[in-house]
Amino acid sequence: MARYILRRVLLALPALFGLVLLTFVLTRVIPGDPAATLAGDSATPAQIADIRARYGLDRPIWEQALVHVKQVLTGDLGSSIFSGRPVIEEIGFRLPATLELTFFALFLATAIGIPLGVVAALNHNGPVDQLVRLISVGGLAIASFWLALMLQLVFAMEWDVLPLRGRVEVELGTPPLRTGFLLIDSLLAGRLDQFRDALWHLVLPAVTLCLPGLASIARFTRSGMLEMLQKDFVLYARAAGYGRFRLYAIYVLRNAVTVTVTQIGLLFGALISGAVAVEAIYDWPGLGTYAVQAILSADYKALLAVTLVVGVVYAAVNVLVDVVQALVDPRVAEDIR
Amino acid sequence: MIALRRLLRDPVACFGLLLVLGALFIALFAPWIAPYPEDAYESHIMQRLRPPSAEFPFGTDNLGRDILSRVILGTRSALVVAVAVVGASLLIGVPIGLLAGWRDGWLSDVLMRLTDVFLAVPQLILALALGQLLAPGLSTAMLALALTYWPFFARTVYAETRRLRTALFVDALAGIGASTTRILLLHVLPNAAPAILIRATIGMGFTILTAALLGFLGVGAAPPSPDWGLAVAEARQHLPEAWWFPTFPGLAILLLVLGFNLLGDGLRDIADPRLRRSRH
Repeated sequence: MARYILRRVLLALPALFGLVLLTFVLTRVIPGDPAATLAGDSATPAQIADIRARYGLDRPIWEQALVHVKQVLTGDLGSSIFSGRPVIEEIGFRLPATLELTFFALFLATAIGIPLGVVAALNHNGPVDQLVRLISVGGLAIASFWLALMLQLVFAMEWDVLPLRGRVEVELGTPPLRTGFLLIDSLLAGRLDQFRDALWHLVLPAVTLCLPGLASIARFTRSGMLEMLQKDFVLYARAAGYGRFRLYAIYVLRNAVTVTVTQIGLLFGALISGAVAVEAIYDWPGLGTYAVQAILSADYKALLAVTLVVGVVYAAVNVLVDVVQALVDPRVAEDIR
Repeated sequence: MIALRRLLRDPVACFGLLLVLGALFIALFAPWIAPYPEDAYESHIMQRLRPPSAEFPFGTDNLGRDILSRVILGTRSALVVAVAVVGASLLIGVPIGLLAGWRDGWLSDVLMRLTDVFLAVPQLILALALGQLLAPGLSTAMLALALTYWPFFARTVYAETRRLRTALFVDALAGIGASTTRILLLHVLPNAAPAILIRATIGMGFTILTAALLGFLGVGAAPPSPDWGLAVAEARQHLPEAWWFPTFPGLAILLLVLGFNLLGDGLRDIADPRLRRSRH
């Protein structure tokens, strides 16, 4: 298993290296003249030349690429053009908020999606199955930003049962920063009121964000279950007198969810993208709002860093998912290419 | 033909087809269907934010424009964007998939690693970055979407080509002296077409969603164009009073994307009945 994990990590490296190069290409080649963008619309040619020299943009392109790679590897992603602070610091502050939201959404999607898929498969082509089909196709068709707005309209504005925006009530204060995850930090500080408040704030954003994931997970679990239910071992186990619940919940499901687990890894990318919209609407102080701010203020350093960090997190999650999959289904670890 | 007949036998897929055809019809004849076609660009401040009524079935927006008309007029741009983006993604992704799938070797490896890199960046973030680095606008958004969607086609075509290149009929063709180009274009590609078509149908729905999101975030369509995502963004400041303002453009997005997704689902069933609408 340790060898498998090592190989899986090594396999992720070329993609990450490519990502670093891609971000370089994005900033230096495609946009025409970043110096002119940086200097602003009213800059004189002399100012532009000055900026070009300061950022090393007058160097040969391969030299710039090397410098870029070196900076990224040493964690030096430059300073935000907007705030002047190192972007890596600003991102480190915001990443936990996004991760807390995405992990919670992923948890909801899995906790609801897998049972839905199982129930649908056990009622193949019945009314429950059709309902799950509707949810799984419809969930992928709803624009998350629109759903967020509609949920806000109903639950926060009309009925006033859930908070409209943000991560905490200001008057309750925040727990001392340890992990950056408010749910964990508030428990560590023994502040149940803050924990409840953080949880309430998490409900609407997480529900909005989890829907597409829930749809895919239900779908994959359903198809995996259907495939497994036709296997001989199921027939044998039934004949041997295994209880239905034990058979379905343990033996069939375990074999059926391997595809679902891979899918969860791929979903994570979609969740991060979805988080941009969801965060923007619920004023969630995470990477998504940061990215949107970076766009509005033309802060290309910040945007670049977000792209990189998200890419790295995405790669890490996919490695993690593969490892989980290998734990669920040990055969996977054996036939990696 | 057989495929079409089978599709028509699946009521849910039919519903999807109906939604897509309906949207196509609306897009083609939008200026004649819309009750107030001039509301694409004109504003009437005196009648702003009116709730739905017989005169304005979907109400009016913050500039007094009829929302029904704007939803109808927005159908065209939504479809045009989706077709353009999916078309461009096909043009990039299919040749790369064919090339990488046909031969082993360094070129195949490089192409597929490149595909992996593009897949490793969440699409929206890359689209946002591109949209910002180039000038924000609809054409940039389309370019960004195409640049981030082609890997899905490359992957699909790659897998299909891999599967087909060991097929007996391909060996036979090579045996009677057919050139590689001929085999790829006239034999492998048509056999990969169902998978590509399914991917493209789902891609249409996905592109419409993402384009609407880019419009919502301000890096897509620019005002005063009757874009659905843009309308939802403009509506934000007028909640909770004007509930109808974001509701109807959002429903339009939902229905059109639902149409493409259901259709894609149905097509997948036909291509692979074993799975009975199950695989993604």
